[in-house]
Amino acid sequence: MKTTESTHAAPGHRASGKNTGTVVPVLVRDRKPVIGYGIGALIALLFFAIGAPSALATFRLSSAGDAVELPPLAIPSAAAGWVLAALLVAATVYAWLNLRAGRKNPGWLALTYGLAFLMAFLIWVVGSANNPNISLITLLGGSIALALPMVFGSLSGVLSERSGVVNIAIEGQLLLGAFAAAVGGSITQNVYVALICAAVGGVVVSALLALFAIKYLVNQIIVGVVLNVLVSGLTAFLFGTLLAPNADALNSPPRLRSFSIPGLADIPILGPLLFRQTLLGYLMFVAVAIVWFALYKTRWGLRVRAVGEHPKAADTVGINVNRTRVINVLIGGAVAGLGGSYYTLVSVSQFSRDMTAGAGFIALAALIFGRWNPLGAFFAALLFGFATNLQYVLAQAGTAVPSQFMAMLPYVVTIFAVAGLVGKSRGPAAAGEPYVKG
Amino acid sequence: MKLELQGITKSFDGFVANDSVDLVVEPGQVHCLLGENGAGKSTLMNVLFGLYEPTAGRILVDGKPVVFRGPGDAMAAGIGMVHQHFMLIPVFTVAENVALGNESTGVGGILNLEETRRSIKEISDRYGFDVDPDALVEDLPVGVQQRVEIIKALVRKANLLILDEPTAVLTPRETDELISIIGQLTDSGTSIIFISHKLREVKAVSDKITVIRRGKVVGTANPDAPATELASLMVGRAVDLSLGRTPAIPGDAILQVRGLNVLSETGIPAVDQVSFDVHAGEILAVAGVQGNGQTELVEAIMGLQDKATGSILLGGAELLGRNVKDIINSGVGYVPEDRSTDGLISSFTIAENLILNRYDHAPMAQGVALKLPAIAANAKEKVAEYDIRAGSSQALASTLSGGNQQKIVLAREFSRPLKLFIAAQPTRGVDVGSIEFLHRRILAERDAGTPVIIVSTELDEVMELGDRIAVLFHGQLMGIVPGNTSRDILGLMMAGANAEEALAEVAAQQVPTTIKDEPTLPGGIA
Repeated sequence: MKTTESTHAAPGHRASGKNTGTVVPVLVRDRKPVIGYGIGALIALLFFAIGAPSALATFRLSSAGDAVELPPLAIPSAAAGWVLAALLVAATVYAWLNLRAGRKNPGWLALTYGLAFLMAFLIWVVGSANNPNISLITLLGGSIALALPMVFGSLSGVLSERSGVVNIAIEGQLLLGAFAAAVGGSITQNVYVALICAAVGGVVVSALLALFAIKYLVNQIIVGVVLNVLVSGLTAFLFGTLLAPNADALNSPPRLRSFSIPGLADIPILGPLLFRQTLLGYLMFVAVAIVWFALYKTRWGLRVRAVGEHPKAADTVGINVNRTRVINVLIGGAVAGLGGSYYTLVSVSQFSRDMTAGAGFIALAALIFGRWNPLGAFFAALLFGFATNLQYVLAQAGTAVPSQFMAMLPYVVTIFAVAGLVGKSRGPAAAGEPYVKG
Repeated sequence: MKLELQGITKSFDGFVANDSVDLVVEPGQVHCLLGENGAGKSTLMNVLFGLYEPTAGRILVDGKPVVFRGPGDAMAAGIGMVHQHFMLIPVFTVAENVALGNESTGVGGILNLEETRRSIKEISDRYGFDVDPDALVEDLPVGVQQRVEIIKALVRKANLLILDEPTAVLTPRETDELISIIGQLTDSGTSIIFISHKLREVKAVSDKITVIRRGKVVGTANPDAPATELASLMVGRAVDLSLGRTPAIPGDAILQVRGLNVLSETGIPAVDQVSFDVHAGEILAVAGVQGNGQTELVEAIMGLQDKATGSILLGGAELLGRNVKDIINSGVGYVPEDRSTDGLISSFTIAENLILNRYDHAPMAQGVALKLPAIAANAKEKVAEYDIRAGSSQALASTLSGGNQQKIVLAREFSRPLKLFIAAQPTRGVDVGSIEFLHRRILAERDAGTPVIIVSTELDEVMELGDRIAVLFHGQLMGIVPGNTSRDILGLMMAGANAEEALAEVAAQQVPTTIKDEPTLPGGIA
């Protein structure tokens, strides 16, 4: 197939003459992000600006009884729609100019674009609801809560895949974590023991993954899928035979209570969002920060990334490749297991069949969307949590958009993200490849 | 550092790769390990570097026996290794690569790359390496990447440096630079083990030469030993240095390539406005350092590249845009550069591999059925004609040596009348005996009037086979020069000078180069 791409070749990129000491970097022209920008801007123009509702979209910023009560934010939908759509068009043009000039698009561009699009969509959808008045705190706070298991799950993926082991078993790790927390919590009636049980549950799944993927060199994707099915079947069986008949003894774990951090919890907007969490919620923020720091700023992280990129090179400088991988997969399992405990200790106080409902797979998508970076994965998971929560909030506000479409949103976003419309996502080079010496 | 290997034996499942090898490397000496591909040089070095455990024998460093359980132990003992395929992480910076495994850290294992940067700068300045510690390795040319590997070893205080086929990826000029670096290193007391199968370099750099054949030390020599003597030691018999070729009698231009452009997967032009002709009865040799567009050029002719524009006319008919099978059936024979992945199906038998281009029509097939007797008869005939050494024609291709595998590929491609024959790296990883045979076969095809394109990164092979030589650099054609053009000129062209510039520069300098010309040996061994 002949293409017209040759007309887009960068002029003057070649190292010429006899100078072999330098390579002039050649920019790879990826037009997909710009196309994605264009489509988004067009949607914004058509729906959010031209098709804007006449109502004011009202966002409540605090709830009654807060230390500082902010007045609600009332935004004229049409004006805001036009301004934001213009911003999106401008960003698209800027990205296109950069592409033509062979420059790289700066990272803030994607971020600004994403935020603007999100705001425009939110104002439009709230403005066109029957009751154009929602609580921003409820919307965002709920997003964080819903994102929590996905954040833990995607951190598990980051830890495992950065060391070169593909982790499809996140779903299984979450589910066994939830199950173990329910059983451990019910027996001891102690939330801390329940959390430890959850971590152990995740580790059990990841130990199987490590055993088959690293020691017996079984295809990592197949092992992951099989483990998910195994955990689903096992927990369903144990639930039916043990937990359901003895619900009082085995399936009534204690609740993990949320607590406020004095002072910080009274900050408007941020306080209720960040500082009125359960222990698990605070742990999530700490875990994201720790994993990020450890991966990029410490010796351990350098070695883990080396093992995931080029295991043989790591081996020749004396790093034990398979031990590094086993340790990372196990830590990842513990992290995901902890995340699973959200379902039985925070969300509802009992275990039920397949209650993780695919969150592990969305975590996997968040991992790719976030480019195998803990912070990126965190924000991607938040986005998915936001999309999920939006449908609940809007259902209450009474919107014209069918809730099923809202429910599809996270998955649509995932497909676009993974297809590379938001830029290239390059994973660790050696992920999925078992390492055999020699 | 003085290093002694005593009676090192390494066997894998009954196959003896090293058979009681003895070796002594004196301090500050360049000791060359000379041997053909597969002679066991790399295995021996991997034993020395702790990657393999020896089956028997011992290693002595400065007279004391040592045991290496892994590369870490070897490095701690002052041994550094520059692998043939660099052990660098492309997405890391130079500093991160150098630090890896040897990191300076602060409290809680926090990385401190400052110290590493300082040592890189220091070493870089001392030897004139010109390496930026904060550059990403994937952005660096191979010659600089190799220096990063050397820095990696030196930062770890290596007193003995193993260089495994270090010149395989370098231009002739970079090779000269490497040889001067080796001189500086030995002056400061570092010992070098230099592994190669190229006689010319070995004679230029070494203080002492040990020749290995089939896992055994078959002799030692001084660098002033004649090339023929070293070659016959390496091969195990007298080597005929001349192919006895006759001049080409070129006919009409059969293949005409005009303005060919190929974009690589990443969107970079891999072949850039290349035009040339190949005449009947001549060999056009395409020279260039690995990765300068040769692969893409050949694949474009074969219909294996999607993003190719321009024109490729074979006997007046356009090839571009046609599918591979169509192109093969129009009479193009093709030896791919990687025989194990593209040239053969290693889990198929010899007989099956011999009919990969003819399996679907008479006489090998009738309707949907293969004609097994015809296939067996064909296999018997080709095995005899090409002297393919195997237990039977039902042996799997994967069980054969590189030379015998390549004979299968050549036999298959020559088994039908050709309008064009293309061979990429026809003798890579092939023993000397087979090289001679393959070269004679290719010349015979030329003499029968077929236009031939040979792509090779081995300058010797290019000079030996080419009636005309085309040089590619960064996807561009630097010029087409006659087959008897000097090594110096070709070297400059491979580094990016066009034919006129290279001629002018060589005429102006007339400075003897580091590596003197030797009589050309078959294939890439010289």
